[in-house]
Amino acid sequence: MQVKTNILSLPEEELVHPGNRACAGCALGIAYRIGLKALGPETIIVVPPSCLTVLQGLYPVAATKIPSLNVTFASTAAAATGVLAALKAQGKEGINVVGWAGDGGTSDIGLQSLSGACERGDNFLYVCYDNEGYMNTGVQRSGTTPKGAITANTPYKGKLQQKKDVSAIIAAHGIEYVATTSAAYPLDLYDKFKKALSFGGVKYIHIHIPCPPGWGFAPQYAVKVGKLAVETGLFELSEIEHGQLRHTGASLKLLEKRKLLPVRDYFRAQGRFNALPDAEIEKIQENVTKRWEGYFESLDDIE
Amino acid sequence: MQVIESGNVAAALGVKLARVQVVAAYPITPQTPLTEKLSELIEGGDMEAEYVPVESEHSALAICIAATSAGARSFTATSANGLLYMHEQIQWAAGARLPLVMCVVNRGVGAPWTVWNDHQDSISQRDTGWIQLYANDHQQIIDTTLKAFALAEEVMVPVMVCYDGYLLSHTYMPFDVPDRELVDKFLPPYKPAYSLDPMRPANLNTVTLPDVRRDIRGDMTHGYMEIRHLLQQDMLDAIPALKDIDERFKAVFGRGGNPYIEPYRCEDADYVAVSLGSLSYHLRDVVDMLRDEGIKVGVTSVHLYRPFPAEIIADALKGHRGLIVFEKALSYGYQGTLASDIKSALYSRTWDQPHRPFVINYILGLGGREIATPDLYKALKESCTPDGPKGEETRWIGLKFFE
Repeated sequence: MQVKTNILSLPEEELVHPGNRACAGCALGIAYRIGLKALGPETIIVVPPSCLTVLQGLYPVAATKIPSLNVTFASTAAAATGVLAALKAQGKEGINVVGWAGDGGTSDIGLQSLSGACERGDNFLYVCYDNEGYMNTGVQRSGTTPKGAITANTPYKGKLQQKKDVSAIIAAHGIEYVATTSAAYPLDLYDKFKKALSFGGVKYIHIHIPCPPGWGFAPQYAVKVGKLAVETGLFELSEIEHGQLRHTGASLKLLEKRKLLPVRDYFRAQGRFNALPDAEIEKIQENVTKRWEGYFESLDDIE
Repeated sequence: MQVIESGNVAAALGVKLARVQVVAAYPITPQTPLTEKLSELIEGGDMEAEYVPVESEHSALAICIAATSAGARSFTATSANGLLYMHEQIQWAAGARLPLVMCVVNRGVGAPWTVWNDHQDSISQRDTGWIQLYANDHQQIIDTTLKAFALAEEVMVPVMVCYDGYLLSHTYMPFDVPDRELVDKFLPPYKPAYSLDPMRPANLNTVTLPDVRRDIRGDMTHGYMEIRHLLQQDMLDAIPALKDIDERFKAVFGRGGNPYIEPYRCEDADYVAVSLGSLSYHLRDVVDMLRDEGIKVGVTSVHLYRPFPAEIIADALKGHRGLIVFEKALSYGYQGTLASDIKSALYSRTWDQPHRPFVINYILGLGGREIATPDLYKALKESCTPDGPKGEETRWIGLKFFE
């Protein structure tokens, strides 16, 4: 099943109110709005502490029109299982249960409970919105912060370690559907949410979320920076369906055109990579080129 | 129906009779036979519930918190380090005002590792906003489990049912299993005022500001401090609520009458021993021995430890000459918490009185150290004299240091 949604066929109903508490230019605002359009009003969402907690509002005001359960940092996936178990025990059907956590809440503190839920095969959608750091607490490094990025606790040299590949970790559980997408490509995101709901067990969607204050770019450039991440081949739009990897949307186009933008364009568009020397960027370029050449070759094999 | 079973099975049968809808559990000794029994009842079709075998205690309580928020009656059980690993979730469940019930099969905490019984695990969770009930035998385990759901749902505060690892969890005793129809009469299905529902969206446990705030209609709503004050008020309201529930329980099942404390030979006693859990029944033997020698001594067990029924305890204990508090846990750097709490309750009510009982505090049985009856006899006997030990230092029974 591959549905292609266009801007005219998106549902008009808004489940996120305007005037929420996200920062100016926050790409999570896009992803959350479009994601909830795909999920629809028959949804219960589970949220750990993260930028989304703030976006959703301070008591007693809420920015979303779906029921939301705020839970402790490490327990998003377990809490989603709990909601699911309660609905099942009460014979309530047709409600989407969704855990929606940040990259710290997923790749670091929440990984154990997510792994447990994947292994048990609990039937919910897990969304990781990846703004590549603990942005809500003031931009500290997380497991998914890329190498070289300056954060509040990697202040001079930038992070020394590589980004953790969370979707590969989750895919290794053998779940039916894993997808990566970006807030810069809302229609790709929408289609993946829709598609995810057709699978059983835990479905995992990883969303790349450019963060103006955390990454050091002006608020009007979140989509531009998000697109650069994809067009340089650094972040890939993809799906792993029953273990089979395929690229989608803009990443699929890159594959067809076989032409990537230089990674330098992405790094130099943000302040957080100011300490990353040109030599290091060259090395990253070599790795990205090599990875994509691998994709091109496997495409040649098929053709 | 009378059966002979272990304390863990008594708890499991209580959970089954309470028609719990969601069980989540992670194995830890000595809780395991309880949750194994539940998985057996559920998988075998004898109990209609969802059983989630989780990857940690933190997740076990996460599932119960979420399931209760979504309208299901939920249960988990743990011991020792499992309980400590839940600590964050324990506070969350209380703050979120979720009426879930957890059995704590009491065990000492590491380090060093111990699997044996003491009370340090549940005592360390004393200040989390949970109701704590301690059972003294198997009948009390099953009865208290049923009453715990009634109490939790009455005041919307979670309840720990605590009972001694091995001493109760793994020993076999006869007890009565209440009839299903009578339990249904005593404990109707869980009907929360709100549960997660797409037709009535709400954002639960949201970030809450220090001060009060208007909602979108312009009405004032609570700040964090009002919400926490209400938890304190409702905890205190659990004291009379437990009495009503105990009376209802007695009317249906014929058992009960001691919702807060259980005194034994205390009416004319000059001295009263006080403790939590099965140790208080052990002390009954010692009291009988001393009574035979003409020493006027009794023993009182504290069944409801949080909320602390201070008035009831002070009234029951203030007239005696001395109180001897035996504890299997302590607040390191001071003394046993029960002794502190009893002194605090007495002080508020006797500070201007000519007579106040002395309170002495024994620590014993940590990490399963054997509690020998002769040791209890000796300690209690030498405490039951006007010239006996006094002061607030803890006296440790059964220590074996050697040169």
